[in-house]
Amino acid sequence: MDGEEAGYRMAARSSVEAVFREEHGRLLASLVHRFGDLDLAEDAASAALEAALVHWPVRGVPSSPGGWLLTTARRKAVDRLRRDRTHAARLAVLQAERERDAAPAPRTAGELPDERLELFFTCAHPALPAEARGALTLRCLAGLTTPEVARAYLIPTATMAQRIVRAKQKIRRARVPFRVPAVDELPGRLPGVLNVLYSIFTEGYTASSGPSLQRPALAEEAIRLARILHRLLPTERETAGLLALMLLVHARRDARTGPGGALVLLADQDRTRWDRELIAEGTALTTSALTGGSPGPYGVQAAIAALHDEAPDSGGTDWAQIVALYGVLLTLTGSPVVALNRAVAVSMRDGPAAGLALLDGLAGEPALRGHHPLHTARAELLHCLGRAPEAAAAYRRAIELAGTEPERAHLLRRLADLEAEPPGE
Amino acid sequence: MKYMLLIQAGAVDADGGAEGCDVTDWQAYDRAVNDAGIVVSSESLADLVTATTVRVAADGERTVTDGPFAESRELLGGFYVIDVPDLDAALEWAARCPGARGSGAVTVRPVADFGG
Repeated sequence: MDGEEAGYRMAARSSVEAVFREEHGRLLASLVHRFGDLDLAEDAASAALEAALVHWPVRGVPSSPGGWLLTTARRKAVDRLRRDRTHAARLAVLQAERERDAAPAPRTAGELPDERLELFFTCAHPALPAEARGALTLRCLAGLTTPEVARAYLIPTATMAQRIVRAKQKIRRARVPFRVPAVDELPGRLPGVLNVLYSIFTEGYTASSGPSLQRPALAEEAIRLARILHRLLPTERETAGLLALMLLVHARRDARTGPGGALVLLADQDRTRWDRELIAEGTALTTSALTGGSPGPYGVQAAIAALHDEAPDSGGTDWAQIVALYGVLLTLTGSPVVALNRAVAVSMRDGPAAGLALLDGLAGEPALRGHHPLHTARAELLHCLGRAPEAAAAYRRAIELAGTEPERAHLLRRLADLEAEPPGE
Repeated sequence: MKYMLLIQAGAVDADGGAEGCDVTDWQAYDRAVNDAGIVVSSESLADLVTATTVRVAADGERTVTDGPFAESRELLGGFYVIDVPDLDAALEWAARCPGARGSGAVTVRPVADFGG
């Protein structure tokens, strides 16, 4: 039957695509390592996918799908180089230089080589525009297509395609290398890679704009990438800290939105809906991130998230410890946003007046001027203290600045609560 | 691959030298970069008061003006063209350049390769 056959083909296609997505990052990284050219590697990888779509439904999925794809893709790349002599000559020079400069990578017998670490560093290279780094990482390492990346960031596909093309042109023309930084460069370069993964995660966790508060698929891609990076760099404590932080925050995803996608604050969340498995995994990783040296910013943030996740409710949270950890984080980062979070934690420990005094000290920070959480926090504390007109003004300012509909809706509800209260109390 | 390191002097001191680094810093850097065998060419430019700008309009009319007296951060003080394997190597040399310190900056630009 036609319908049956079409159905069978579709099933085969989606199973090939599932395998391909899993293998894509590793395949692409191997090809880039071998040929030193991202475009050639991408073409060869998609040619191998096309071949898999033809052969696998007929002959079955090979025992080592990754090995099959790599062998096929390499052959496709060599074919293309044979057809395009000038390109080949240019790459031959590149190749010779690479081999002269690079020490051979250690290989485990029987295992496919894993060159993904190089690709992580190239995609997050500081010479690339910040807004392209996440997109490039999702495309090259998570195996997302350009339309998928565009959807993830809620921008038109054409805009995203242009952003990716420009970044790839810079990689090629300025010769941004595909290499893992040396041990002495790592402290300067790893934070950039971690920051790219974290920005993908936060975009998924609190979308900066749009109709919905969370885009869990994007957060999950970020976690998947952080797991890969942690496996590739098991001794880097900040990589463990980043993965821990993501897991501990992601554990609360189902409790963070109520009916109709409304925002539910941490204090009001149904904690029975938190994912205990992720919390256990995140807590264990936090311990390893904080062991064996001075802690890094992701490790400290993971420790704060772990304290929230372990608390039975807001009142039973170890706010004193959280204030102390924010103090450590403030020393490490000097970030006004961290100072804001610390002020909120102080208000939970010592009462709203103490928190408000700290917040008012931050009002002049240029980095916080358009930051709605500052105005939200001020509004809540003023509300608690019964200073209704000032609280209302702060809510209104926060509503103007909030990025997503659920956040705005939440603030409008709080403002309505305030206005419904009898005056003078 | 060839890269040009454009040295943008920041605030200039009374002698027209870049702020925050002395002649010995420049001499040490120049020696290091030359010893590495990567220099294709390099020049240090004379003081900006000596600069003259030429423009030719569509009708062929030539305008010659004194200057420019650009904003200090766009003030080109000199350049190196170096031949190194990749951008990371070029950035490393740029970072070591005394002109990158203080209010100065070094812009790294690949030299166009027309396949010749």
